[in-house]
Amino acid sequence: MDGFLDFAANRIIPALDAGLWTSILLIVPAALLGVAIGVAAGTARVYGPRPLARAIDGYVALFRGTPLVVQLYFWYFALPNLPLGDCRIVLSPMWASIIGFGLCSGAYQSEYIRGGLLSIKRGQLRAAQALGLTPVQTVASVVLPQAFRRALPGCGNEIIYLIKYSSLASVITVNDLTGMGRSLAKSTFRNTEVFIVVGLYYLALVTAATLVLRYAERRLEIPGFEGKKE
Amino acid sequence: MEGFISAAQAAWDALPYILGGLWWTAGLILGAMAVGLVFGVPLAVAHVYGGAFSRRFVAGYVWLFRGVPILVQLYLFYFGIMAYLSEIPALAFLPLSSGFFSAVVVLGLTSAAYQSQIFRGAIRSLPAGQLRAARALGMSDATAIRAVILPQALRLSIPAWSNEYSILLKDSALAFTIGVLEVMSRTRSVAATTHQPLPLSLLAGALFFFLTWAGIKVLKRLEAKVRIPGYAHQGTL
Amino acid sequence: MDDTVILRVENIVKTIGGQRILDDVSLSVKKGRLKVLIGPSGAGKSTLLSCINFLSPPDSGTISLDGRPVNGKSRKELLALRQQVGMIFQDFNLFDHLTAMENVRVALIKVKGLDKRAATNRAMEELARVGLADKPSLYPAQLSGGQKQRVSVARALAMDPKVLLLDEPTSALDPELIGEVLTVIRDLADEGMTMVMATHQISFSASLADEFLFMEKGRIVERGTPAVLLARDSGSRTQSFCAKLNELAGDAAVCEIAS
Repeated sequence: MDGFLDFAANRIIPALDAGLWTSILLIVPAALLGVAIGVAAGTARVYGPRPLARAIDGYVALFRGTPLVVQLYFWYFALPNLPLGDCRIVLSPMWASIIGFGLCSGAYQSEYIRGGLLSIKRGQLRAAQALGLTPVQTVASVVLPQAFRRALPGCGNEIIYLIKYSSLASVITVNDLTGMGRSLAKSTFRNTEVFIVVGLYYLALVTAATLVLRYAERRLEIPGFEGKKE
Repeated sequence: MEGFISAAQAAWDALPYILGGLWWTAGLILGAMAVGLVFGVPLAVAHVYGGAFSRRFVAGYVWLFRGVPILVQLYLFYFGIMAYLSEIPALAFLPLSSGFFSAVVVLGLTSAAYQSQIFRGAIRSLPAGQLRAARALGMSDATAIRAVILPQALRLSIPAWSNEYSILLKDSALAFTIGVLEVMSRTRSVAATTHQPLPLSLLAGALFFFLTWAGIKVLKRLEAKVRIPGYAHQGTL
Repeated sequence: MDDTVILRVENIVKTIGGQRILDDVSLSVKKGRLKVLIGPSGAGKSTLLSCINFLSPPDSGTISLDGRPVNGKSRKELLALRQQVGMIFQDFNLFDHLTAMENVRVALIKVKGLDKRAATNRAMEELARVGLADKPSLYPAQLSGGQKQRVSVARALAMDPKVLLLDEPTSALDPELIGEVLTVIRDLADEGMTMVMATHQISFSASLADEFLFMEKGRIVERGTPAVLLARDSGSRTQSFCAKLNELAGDAAVCEIAS
């Protein structure tokens, strides 16, 4: 056990901290991108013209129906081979990861946003109209506050999933938390210890994020709000 | 145009080999769902009907397996733990050096964590009167749970299972990292030798997409077959 | 009560899904009067009310407020119209994410442009007017049906409407809660608010309404004062409809006004 703790402190943790930083540099932009895409796509699916809504439904089905690892592989390995005449789109491993995570997460986020928007009872929109609120005011004061609260658990959980799936970046050569762990394990042959610590890092990240989410949900709680599903 | 033809050719030539990977993919999914079921049901029952210790244990199990990424679990099990276990002669009968075995264990135990929550929700959505009536008839709790609660709860869980299926299908693609020759693994190796990652990754994507769609259809059929006429289930699953 | 016509509805036609829901309907309302729309479900009462404030624009016909016809195509005129015409819905339609007081004041701030303090004061006044001064911080989910409807009345009144449209305000309420809402409506009538109300509460409105309009299949088939239509042996459709409602509700009340 002492050997483990020493090893952990002297070799594992410093190496993993560097990887942790890379992971964070991946997760934050990807999460933001995912939410942005999710809001745009979700809104378009509910309020947009039918052809656009259908097209976006297609995007969502595609990105939810294929493994993320296949998508990452595509962005990093396959994209440069796309026949675009003289130019080649080559993404660095980091960018391929951020874009891949963002697009995939965005598809899932759009589901939650869509659910939130659809849950607003139509009668409230009529009441807003009857009071003379413009459509913009109705969206800002009636739709968004409620849709946001309804979508928050789903969107928050999706970000937590993203934290875990960011580990896939190691497969396309990014030196994130998992990638660093792998290199370290390969060079020291101490797989079990290294990966236990890697697991603990992720556990800590996920638990912290979950606590933040629960806190946000509680702060925004409105009595009787969650029960309404129409 | 030439490039297109040779790309299409490469994909076509690789098709039989890649389709061969479907056996492994199917095996991973079925194995994982089975392990998930076998462990998930007792976990759910312990969570709902057990004492404080059981509840804490299940909560801890769920926290652990839902908090660590699958990829890390795969590395930990296959490169780490299995390597240790293979030094114990008593366990030599287990296929410890098989990536497939590790992958099924990892995917299955993680799935059990999620499935236990699905079943827990289903059990809790049943009206309290069900168990009361069973007890009034003189059934022991164990019998009541087996004969009354679980048959209903399991039926209610089928919609959530199709979600679990599509998640397992996608996670199975990670097994290539520990040497399982399923679809993703084969796609990568062929793409590397033929230098045609584009058509091959598109092929793999299409294959997985089709499997997702087909599997959900099958599960919908299953749901219709076992449906109890006139049964209106409460709660949203 | 003077004799100026506040609201004039002329020749409204509305077709929905191939069905003529409103077939050339006209009515006019003078200041301070209460017109009551009565009739079976599907007669077009709710649709007519929705046409008046253009929530459901009529296919043809004119709506005039204070003598000026409303141009249904002008966004500006519609918004201005809705600031002057209040609507009470059968299902209350309170904003679920706002407290009672916030529900009443949201339109004051967003539509009338009042500052927060003035809006809050006005909102509290209106809540007091409907008897809910002690419940400003409760959310809709915490209020009973009768309380929710009273908040929605307060919300509409805060806008100082010239006309109030009430679409079956008590139909979604449990019987014991109907009374508190009817009291509020009676007070409004006594204070001289101009109203058009669709309702099944015929006996209640008989003492307040200046005219009953009986609708069936998109037309007004009978109109007259309550005294005439509900006189003993009047033989009116309104009276037989009222009797049928009482019978279905197991109510032994009599649909008659003693002359």
